[in-house]
Amino acid sequence: MCLSVPGKLLERTDVGGVLVGKVQFGGIVREVCLDLLPEAKAGEYVLVHVGYAISLVDEEEARKSYEYMELAGMLEGELTAFPEDGPAPVIEASPPSDDFASHRPGGEPL
Amino acid sequence: MKYLDEYRDEKLFRSQLARLKQIATRPWVLMEVCGGQTHTLVRYGIDELLPAGMEMVHGPGCPVCVTPVEIIDKAIALARRPNTILVSYGDMLRVPGSESDLLQVKALGGDVRMVYSPTESVRIALENPTHEVVFFGVGFETTAPANAMVAWQARRQGIKNLSLLSSHVLVPPAVEMLLSSPHNRVQGLIAPGHVCTIMGTGAYEELAAKYKVPIVIGGFEPVDLMEAIVMLAAQLEEGRNEMENQYRRSVREDGNRRARELLFEVYEVCDRKWRGLGEVAASGLRLSAAYREFDAELRFGLEDISVAEPKECISAMILQGLAKPKQCSAFGTRCTPESPLGAPMVSSEGACAAYYLYRRHSGESGEDVCVPVGTPNGEGA
Repeated sequence: MCLSVPGKLLERTDVGGVLVGKVQFGGIVREVCLDLLPEAKAGEYVLVHVGYAISLVDEEEARKSYEYMELAGMLEGELTAFPEDGPAPVIEASPPSDDFASHRPGGEPL
Repeated sequence: MKYLDEYRDEKLFRSQLARLKQIATRPWVLMEVCGGQTHTLVRYGIDELLPAGMEMVHGPGCPVCVTPVEIIDKAIALARRPNTILVSYGDMLRVPGSESDLLQVKALGGDVRMVYSPTESVRIALENPTHEVVFFGVGFETTAPANAMVAWQARRQGIKNLSLLSSHVLVPPAVEMLLSSPHNRVQGLIAPGHVCTIMGTGAYEELAAKYKVPIVIGGFEPVDLMEAIVMLAAQLEEGRNEMENQYRRSVREDGNRRARELLFEVYEVCDRKWRGLGEVAASGLRLSAAYREFDAELRFGLEDISVAEPKECISAMILQGLAKPKQCSAFGTRCTPESPLGAPMVSSEGACAAYYLYRRHSGESGEDVCVPVGTPNGEGA
């Protein structure tokens, strides 16, 4: 229900007092109401929920957090010798260890 | 698509998972509040990749699931009225009422129309001036401003044949109810990123401080959720109880002020019954005095419809994170998405539907539970 999809705002028009934007999602372009986000400008990415743009995607924040994750992942990769090439390793769900089992809710208190 | 594909990147996801395995030393129990997050977790099997002992329990954040049966019955009563067009989101049409559902009413000749956006109901009302058009709107804070636009436009344009049947709920009071319950097992929360996109972060900062529980506002893609889990595990291991924002590309501290202003012009806070949870104080929205003329319950005299929940459905336990779908005796047999007993099996965001879609053939039996199924529902139920 709260599903929202990011798309690129291509153009804005005023249709009978309602601010309408053309927004591109991959290969699809849809009309979206901009009344909840009138500051959105053409070329910016907006998050769209049930036909309404509800927020601007902050490119700077997205870039920063992505770079942080990549960096943290690289450091982790060095520590755990994570394979970079070839098929991705299959990570199995770890079997419950006895150590943890004794701490399961309902068991001993943590 | 930009801002989607990179958050589904397997390598980045696995590096986050490796970080989690470095950090986590204890069997933390975390809850994702939003049904959209539940869907992603179950679809990608993220909850099954966590370090041993760590567990995700699924929260009440599926608006279709928590809409009380009587609201569905009211929608059905409206759809059966002559010269009436009932308009709603697709998910609502299959939710079982006490005797029928909206799709059956449609099959028997009722004028029930599915829309993608609430604005379509304004167009339908203008095109059908001899009919009463009722928009049946449910949703959390994310959807409420868009639904509010229906009443706002109707009032501004003087549209007399349009009204709203609404069942809106607010996330923080329900989270507070779960955290204050004696049955609570949740040690860290992933808060709903799109609700916070509208409402901002303040309410979750207060909850984190009041209940001394770490809260991370999270996005909806696999990498978002794994990063949120890493952030929660780091807080728990370090003994911190803070509100942090993983979904910074969309969530600002102040949310979307314009959407919120519209929301509280059209709606006011009220007590609201949640399916499975019972009445929760100040947890819903109803049309404010200035917009009450657009309230379909008042316009068509529906206030008195009241019904009991189906007995076999354990949605109360599911929605509080006290049971997993596979522990229900009806799961996958008497209750399926084609013939659901309760709403969590209807909406794609419902935990039962997600388990049915992605996990019904796996061997897991839901042994993770601590409260026996069949114990009395939590307080408020």
